[in-house]
Amino acid sequence: MCGIVGLFLKDPSLEPKLGEMLGQMLGVMCDRGPDSAGFAVYGGGAPGKIKLTLRAPAGYDFAPVGAALGDGAELETRATHAVLTIADSREAEARDTIAKQFKDVTVVGAGQRMELYKEVGLPSDVATSFKLSGMSGTHGIGHTRMATESAVTTNGAHPFSTGADQCLVHNGSLSNHRSVRRDLERAGFSVNTDNDSEVAAGYLSWRMKEGRSLGEALEDSLDDLDGFYTFVVGTETGFGVIRDPIACKPAVMAETDQYVAFGSEYRALAGLPGIETAKVWEPEPAKVYFWDRAA
Amino acid sequence: MNATVETHAFDLAKSSVRDLNAALHALKPGSNASLWRVANPRGLHAIAAGLDAPVTVEVDGPAGYYCAGMNKQATVIVRGAAGVGVAENMMSGFVHVEGDASQAAGATAHGGTLVIDGDAGARCGISMKGVDIVVKGSIGHMSAFMAQAGTLTVFGDAGDALGDSIYEARLYVRGSVKSLGADCVEKELRDEHRKELFERFRLAGIDGQIDPSEFRRYGSARNLYHFHVDNASAY
Amino acid sequence: MNEHVKAPAAPRTLPRESATFDAYTLSEIRRAAATGIYDIRGAGAKRKVPHFDDLLFLGASISRYPLEGYRERCGTNVTLGTRFAKKPIELKIPITIAGMSFGSLSGPAKEALGRGASAMGTSTTTGDGGMTQEERGHSQTLVYQYLPSRYGMNPDDIRKADAIEVVVGQGAKPGGGGMLLGQKISARVAKMRTLPEGIDQRSACRHPDWTGPDDLEIKIEELREITDWEKPIYVKVGAARPYYDTALAVKSGADVVVVDGMQGGTAATQEVFIENVGIPTLAAIRQAVKALQDLGMHRRVQLIVSGGIRNGADVAKALALGADAVAIGTAALVALGDNDPKWESEYEALGTRAGAYDDWHEGRDPAGITTQDPELMKRLDPVLAGRRLANYLSVMTLEAQTIARACGKSHVHNLEPEDLVALTIESAAMAQVPLAGTQWIPGANGAF
Repeated sequence: MCGIVGLFLKDPSLEPKLGEMLGQMLGVMCDRGPDSAGFAVYGGGAPGKIKLTLRAPAGYDFAPVGAALGDGAELETRATHAVLTIADSREAEARDTIAKQFKDVTVVGAGQRMELYKEVGLPSDVATSFKLSGMSGTHGIGHTRMATESAVTTNGAHPFSTGADQCLVHNGSLSNHRSVRRDLERAGFSVNTDNDSEVAAGYLSWRMKEGRSLGEALEDSLDDLDGFYTFVVGTETGFGVIRDPIACKPAVMAETDQYVAFGSEYRALAGLPGIETAKVWEPEPAKVYFWDRAA
Repeated sequence: MNATVETHAFDLAKSSVRDLNAALHALKPGSNASLWRVANPRGLHAIAAGLDAPVTVEVDGPAGYYCAGMNKQATVIVRGAAGVGVAENMMSGFVHVEGDASQAAGATAHGGTLVIDGDAGARCGISMKGVDIVVKGSIGHMSAFMAQAGTLTVFGDAGDALGDSIYEARLYVRGSVKSLGADCVEKELRDEHRKELFERFRLAGIDGQIDPSEFRRYGSARNLYHFHVDNASAY
Repeated sequence: MNEHVKAPAAPRTLPRESATFDAYTLSEIRRAAATGIYDIRGAGAKRKVPHFDDLLFLGASISRYPLEGYRERCGTNVTLGTRFAKKPIELKIPITIAGMSFGSLSGPAKEALGRGASAMGTSTTTGDGGMTQEERGHSQTLVYQYLPSRYGMNPDDIRKADAIEVVVGQGAKPGGGGMLLGQKISARVAKMRTLPEGIDQRSACRHPDWTGPDDLEIKIEELREITDWEKPIYVKVGAARPYYDTALAVKSGADVVVVDGMQGGTAATQEVFIENVGIPTLAAIRQAVKALQDLGMHRRVQLIVSGGIRNGADVAKALALGADAVAIGTAALVALGDNDPKWESEYEALGTRAGAYDDWHEGRDPAGITTQDPELMKRLDPVLAGRRLANYLSVMTLEAQTIARACGKSHVHNLEPEDLVALTIESAAMAQVPLAGTQWIPGANGAF
């Protein structure tokens, strides 16, 4: 139960302003989710490199993590999070080193371009603490959370990432997530929190691992996920939206020559450039919407 | 409205919705007509909710949820899109959305007129109880669910399950209907209905431009009015 | 001579009825087979569930000092809606009358509820079907229910009310809508609800224009704007997941949360729903209180508990477990005269008996309470019935005070869970109080 926002830029000249635009959208959605907030930004990335977003308790010094992985490891710290960039061939090694040597550090997301930040607190404060407004990128999604049945913790905050460069934010409430969780676990996907949204993210990653495209995985979710939901998902090159067939949870989209934007409410879009003349509509129930830079 | 009408400007970038509504509520039901221009609505909620005076409020941009909620007497014009539940439970008066309306437009409204120039989302006119709704565009799924009374006139198309579990409301659709809901059936469009449609066009300010014969009428089959075992799957 | 000696007859076992297929179950199967429709009835869960009867108070003696009955003050007043409302509600007793609709109840019954409650300085609540003059005119403090159907909903009545209760669910049917059979959709009820007269009315299970706490917050904001932030706003839920629902009601901006356990009544719902969905009142209170405590809102957002409250002991126990007030529905109807043995022959004619009559939706109530039949209605004298309700509320209050004084409390709100012990392991676990004579709270501290 929450507010969600998403922004997919078509015009490269806006890329330096992605964080600023997304942060403003997120701030407006504070009312819908005062408990915690998070966002994922698809920024720069180099072929052959992977970025691991790490999280640790406040005040944690991440420098030893970079040092432990030696030459070629770059580390950039933002408040309670840090982005570790290494050769993608060393991902398993890095995860292993972190798990064994740095108990306080959690890997919250991984990908060539995706960085993912989330924390407990008022969304506008969370965005400020991570300096979202200074981030650039091609697309991003964000979330403000009013926790329903799972705890108000950083782990329970959105977005959830369960695959490389994949993340999901959710507004709604799934009614069969315990069963889907058991299916995922049998398929070898671990679900770390009590949160129904993590199950949804894991479900999509599972389907994609089975060879489905993101669009197809979203179609599958209509059959397998029960309840009320609006999902906004990000991949390395794309951005997708789907609502359940009943579609009670609100969703508004806007498109101009420069961008495609999603908000739980129009308020979130009101500050975007050119919104006055944008095409604004509500996504239809049970229909997959998808934009892909690679296309 | 005469030429001497008192005009007030209100900027929601500078003052709150609460201040706006407090000022509008301070107008008594019998007060003189006045015009209120509301700038910078930016999708804020409950703009001009609970009015009970013959005022005109012009909202210059998109409104959020429940704009003109429970309206009585007032004319509220939204020069942009309206969020969830515009004119919900309206009793009387006139609400005009110049853009699109979100879900549950005119929900449970008892009276008055709601005109939407663009499209309306899902559940338009849900549980309506006497309001007249005119949508110049199309409407979403589950519109007129459990609609009890009043009219819903749609120039465009209707989504899935139109008029599910409908009571005595009358639905007029010019375009296609994706599917009819339980107990909703097409009915003959007779002269009395053409006359009623003409009256609705007049409310929407477009009388004489459209032929009422282009519309089809839908209403209750009344099969669910008394529980019968053979209808159980429709409940 | 042939001797036809009969073998002695083998001893016969007694006829044995199945505990699984008992007489009631068999009758239900036959009824379903004959009609093809589920059974609809009024009232709340009739099955036995752990309840307040399984709790006992620890009276004062040497370690604690009791208050002198009738002399030393024991307060019972409660203020509801202190969080955001400009005009909170002040009640003299912590027992309110739960929402019951005009339509399900007759006009004289609504009037009697108003008279009785007002005499004792407490509130009544409207129901699904709007506000009537009988009720507003005779209720000093009236809570106006805001329900999914919005029958008769209008801004004038909202402003006439003293508080607004957004009904998300009720204990008899968390997650369910309802059906009021045609016999009760009289001309007046039909007009108030904008429905054709005499039809079987269906009710929605969700609100038409919001779903979930984030949108409820916006709905509450609208209701506050319409009433200029004067009226307390309650949110009522049926007890199912009371921890989450209470927390989300608070996050959505409620002033008061109402939690209705599965024993809570209804005018008309499927029997299968009443008996199989929701949790007992006893099991709901501590979870709701925990949610308020975890948010730092206990006593700042008030908690009203309902569902099976019958006497002053129940009131005292609910308050001790952390509620600020209770609401009564079924008990209030009984006080007015519902199910009274004086109508025994008429109950028999309806195929039931006094005490078991629950076909409130059929509108043939001999006591003239759950009916719209003009002749039956005349049987209820609203003045006398109101007096009976006032008497009953007075007794409940005196009983609660008696217990509170015995526990050394100068206000009933000073009762606390530590004043209670449980008679059964189930009730000890649900109420999170120790089993009597032990330190053991099952599920909390693990050992004797």
